[in-house]
Amino acid sequence: MTCAPALAVHGLRKAYAGAEVLRGVDFEVLPGECFGLLGPNGAGKTTTLKLCLGLTDPDAGEIRLLEHAVPADARRARSRVGVVPQFDNLDPDFTVAENLLVYGRYFGLRAPEIAARMPRLLEFAGLAGRAGAKIQALSGGMKRRLTLARALVNDPQLLFMDEPTTGLDPQARHLIWDRLRQLTLEGKTLVLTTHFMEEAERLCGRLAIMDRGRIVVEGSPRALIAGQIESQVVEVHGAGLEDWLHVAGRLAPRVERAGDTAFCYAEDAAPLLDSLRTQGRLAYLHRPANLEDVFLKLTGRDLRD
Amino acid sequence: MTNARLFAPPALSLRFVAVWRRNFLVWRKLALPSILGNLADPLIMLFGLGYGLGAVLGGIGGTSYFAFLAGGFAASATMYAATFESLFSAFSRMHVQRTWEAIVNAPMTLEDVLAGEWAWAATKALVAGLSMLVVVAAFGYARFPLALAVVPVVLLVGLAFAGLGLAFNALATGYDFFSYYLTLVLTPMMMLSGVFFPVARLPSAVQAAAQVLPLYHAVALARPLLLGRLPQHPALHLAILAAYAIVAFYAAVVLTRRRLMT
Repeated sequence: MTCAPALAVHGLRKAYAGAEVLRGVDFEVLPGECFGLLGPNGAGKTTTLKLCLGLTDPDAGEIRLLEHAVPADARRARSRVGVVPQFDNLDPDFTVAENLLVYGRYFGLRAPEIAARMPRLLEFAGLAGRAGAKIQALSGGMKRRLTLARALVNDPQLLFMDEPTTGLDPQARHLIWDRLRQLTLEGKTLVLTTHFMEEAERLCGRLAIMDRGRIVVEGSPRALIAGQIESQVVEVHGAGLEDWLHVAGRLAPRVERAGDTAFCYAEDAAPLLDSLRTQGRLAYLHRPANLEDVFLKLTGRDLRD
Repeated sequence: MTNARLFAPPALSLRFVAVWRRNFLVWRKLALPSILGNLADPLIMLFGLGYGLGAVLGGIGGTSYFAFLAGGFAASATMYAATFESLFSAFSRMHVQRTWEAIVNAPMTLEDVLAGEWAWAATKALVAGLSMLVVVAAFGYARFPLALAVVPVVLLVGLAFAGLGLAFNALATGYDFFSYYLTLVLTPMMMLSGVFFPVARLPSAVQAAAQVLPLYHAVALARPLLLGRLPQHPALHLAILAAYAIVAFYAAVVLTRRRLMT
């Protein structure tokens, strides 16, 4: 059985003040999938989300969100969608419960309906018993969880999340990840942007790496690691690196320099390691290749400010 | 965004009520200090100038100076209440707290947000105008039932100045930006619109210019109504205030679209 994608984006283009931010973006997200949009700062991730929500018009391209044409029918599409924005915009004048109540009203929900959903939302956010707490009294992790609960107030089919764990400590991040997995198990479709590779690798069934307004590659994290890059990495730094690099060039098919560190990529790291054991002054780390290596290979190591 | 979309007339829906209710819920927590704040300034001016200056001046046009000022301040207090809400408070919600951003992620449009803010600022203006009416009446300077006709007038004055405030808000770079509007637009308007003294005292060229100002028309309606008299050209004054309200709100919609959607 084939089913219509939860989100379909074709040929999306957008320029701001003459600068092209999106230059033809295509992707589809299937119902129930957790899809990641990865990319360095300025790649166009947030713009893509804004366009998908119908908050600004594309210069070209088509968007269908839960089978509604966007932006034409964006209001109806948004009524079945939840959004966790990149910047915290909880209402500081309200308590935890008032934030949920007021936000629910934007969906046309009545106070009794929202009140009925409240206990479950608070429990999901780990904020049970804190309904009356002021927003200023919450930690960063609690605020994020409340923002997530707020995005669920209308029981959406699809959730957009723009860097959901940026700025959180590891404990808070793991709790968010746990909640997002729970949502996937409940059958919700998740679309998230991130530049945390670990986050994408853990959560996303499929992801697309964006750079300079285009999608560079798309696939499951495992397939991308297997298909785009050598399986082993040896990171080397220390005095005498320059001299050793001549040797490394013969032992590894690909060597990348970033500052004082060399990244050697190979299917078989044994010859590299043998050589390094004879180099007393060089420090090295041997590890399997991960998504970050793919990301850096495809988008480069230059700083994006 | 194409020009056709940018300049399209706002598609209004009743959804704006949710935005109004959001602001009302915040206000309810601080209602008393807010009303006191709305009242204190014009009241101090009214009593200081009305009794103090009134004793020196005697009466104006057959009424006491206090009664003359009451009508002027009913209009200007309304103007300031609508202005502060649509400038400083709206800017906090739009830019600082990103409240508008959160709202439009729900099935709400920018027009819903602006209509809600517009209605809300006009409500605050109505509260300010009503508070003035109560005080003026308590001191025996309002003539009922005609003084009650001030109520719809201050609502319309509130919509006019809330629209202007929201349009200006869409251009603001920070809170400091609003001091231009307050100093260069509202303060001169206070002086030229007959709040403190009859416009007839002004040079004739200035008088003609004053008739363009929305506050002039607000005063021209509020003052006679409080004194229990019919204004001379009620339809003209109402039409000009309504035109200000509608054109300013449309400008606010276009400018805010340009700021947030392009």
